Amino acid sequence: MNPFRATSKHIGEHVAEWTIRIVASFSIIVIFLIFVFVFREATSLFVAPAAKTEAPAPTAEADLRPEVYNPDVMSLEERMAAETSAATDQDVYNPDAELTPAASEADQEVYNPDAVLSETSAAADEGQDVYNPDVELGTPAQAASTQVEAPTAEEAPKSLWDRLTGTVWQPVSEIPKYGMVPLLIGTAKTTIVAILLGAPLGILAALYTAFFAPRRLRNIVKPAIELLAGFPSVVIGFFCLSIIASYLQDILGTTFRLNAIVGGIGLSITVIPLVFSIAEEALSAVPRSLREASLALGSTEWQTAYRVMLPAAAPGVFAAVLLGVGRAFGETMIALMATGNAPLPSWSILEPARTFAATIGSEMGEVVWGSEHYGILFLIGSMLFVFSFGLNAITELYVKQRLIKRFQGK
Amino acid sequence: MITFQGHLAPHKRIIGFFAVLVAAFAAVAIIGLLVSMLGTFTIGGLQHLTWSFLTEAPRNSNMEGGIFPAIIGTALLVLIMTILGVPVGTATAIYLNEYAKQSSVFARSVRFAVNTLAGVPSIVFGLFGVGFFVQFLGKGLDGAVYGDANAKVFGEESLLWCSATLAVLTLPVVIVAVEEALRAVPRELREASLALGATRWQTIRRVVLPNSLTGILTGSILAVGRGAGEVAAILFVGVAYSMGSDLGLTEKFMHLGYHLYVLATQSPDVEKALPLQYATTLVLLALTFLLNFTAIYIRSQLRRKT
Repeated sequence: MNPFRATSKHIGEHVAEWTIRIVASFSIIVIFLIFVFVFREATSLFVAPAAKTEAPAPTAEADLRPEVYNPDVMSLEERMAAETSAATDQDVYNPDAELTPAASEADQEVYNPDAVLSETSAAADEGQDVYNPDVELGTPAQAASTQVEAPTAEEAPKSLWDRLTGTVWQPVSEIPKYGMVPLLIGTAKTTIVAILLGAPLGILAALYTAFFAPRRLRNIVKPAIELLAGFPSVVIGFFCLSIIASYLQDILGTTFRLNAIVGGIGLSITVIPLVFSIAEEALSAVPRSLREASLALGSTEWQTAYRVMLPAAAPGVFAAVLLGVGRAFGETMIALMATGNAPLPSWSILEPARTFAATIGSEMGEVVWGSEHYGILFLIGSMLFVFSFGLNAITELYVKQRLIKRFQGK
Repeated sequence: MITFQGHLAPHKRIIGFFAVLVAAFAAVAIIGLLVSMLGTFTIGGLQHLTWSFLTEAPRNSNMEGGIFPAIIGTALLVLIMTILGVPVGTATAIYLNEYAKQSSVFARSVRFAVNTLAGVPSIVFGLFGVGFFVQFLGKGLDGAVYGDANAKVFGEESLLWCSATLAVLTLPVVIVAVEEALRAVPRELREASLALGATRWQTIRRVVLPNSLTGILTGSILAVGRGAGEVAAILFVGVAYSMGSDLGLTEKFMHLGYHLYVLATQSPDVEKALPLQYATTLVLLALTFLLNFTAIYIRSQLRRKT
């Protein structure tokens, strides 16, 4: 390409080029590490109990709390621990054995259980709003005594899958319950409300600015919606919590001030700018010839907009809605502040809800590192990751391809 | 635009009227929402926004005093995040756009990862911050420097790890924006420079970068603006409920957004805390919009030029 290049390179150039290469590969490594690390912490759920039960756990616990030492229970516990390690020695994945209460207890052995439990129940106290079923159950005194009794409780050892599909989410209690059904319902109902409100508003506003609005109005609407996109989500959450919630309660007369509707409205405020900008982009990417042909055939502006341009831009609009869904279920602060944040297995949108993201947000701060609860929160995180990544990948690969194909007339 | 409304049947004209009206209503509703939010926070916030509120530390479990540590904490966070994130993002974009083979599997997969990462929920980045920065890198650093992985210097939630987490959060946004700015530089300019005997680096340094500087700046500022208002990602990576004015890289710190969240959801007296919340919101909005407006201003200047 350039025969003189080799001679005219200075040392400074080499340094600059190599700095760029090194920095770039560093950041690319970090980007791929994100994929690795979120999943890595979640895998502790499936792997960790094996490693940890090998330690002589029961004696360690006896040292920590001699006052509740009970030889019968201890021997039972030892037996169960032995069972689990025997099961895992065979190197065969066996969820039933791994997730016996003994194994989950052994998880916490490294830490001082009393401190841990008081910490986590304090966390439950702090945990936001009106409704919190964990507080009564998780008092430190009770927890300390029930720690030892846990293995003797009639609760049969269940597989991880069974435990995750239960209908009670109670991570801080004597027998922690990690049923994700309430979270799934909460996420679904707030996301549905957000999309039903946000997507039509965003698409219609995009139609208006693209085809009907006078130039001057267009120059107001577009920056205004960009400004709306710049609102920090915590501010939107606060707006919903303090203003929208009160208005809605006055109008609808709901029993719960914070519920899935308020949360959904809050989420829709973040969805609108996203849907608007992508839909607007898709609409203005439709070739002018289509519009001109439609108008030349005698159809009016609105017929052209709704019957020609909107269908032509449909893949882009669909992408906008998909990304809106991704935005809505991953949004944390609004879901934390405005939904009531109670894990109820109820589909009523007038009742509080709790989303997956809000669960991580409210519980991650106080969870014990490496515990089962920690692993489950990371599992939820990986689920969010996979889901949003999938949505993005679909829009990136499929929808854009179709859009390009359609406009190039192939 | 000439239209043929006159030839339409009356009922179609009514449908047309409503079709436009509904679309206009959507736009007006969004503007109304924006105005009501801005109005609420400006009016409510200005009433409580005093000099002492801006310059004092909070007292009496955040119910009295000011938000000075939160302002400083947020400003420092944004600053460190920018220093960590923007140069790295720019370098990556330059590498991807100028050095990497455009059609190679590597470049395409990196670009794909970057694009999709921009849509991943911020809370996931928070998990990454805990799992990677605090637990892995922090404990590793403690082990290397102090010989004890539990020295709790780097292996604790802190300002540094929050900044790093936010830098990673904004990294995809910066890369996408800078790449766009670099692509906007015409091919002919590059080729002309190379044809004159300039090396690739000289071309980048003297031709490509000066021509895309405004775009790079705009994109970076918008990305930083996104990070400035972000709370979910740092919720458990190092923000503190209440702190004095002392700051350290490896200490926890107060953040305006988190402060607002705490005031709004955990204050003992909701009525009394409300003016404080409005004032805090106003300050947070001022900070993020300052960044956004700067970016919009630079972009409008850029458009005028071209």
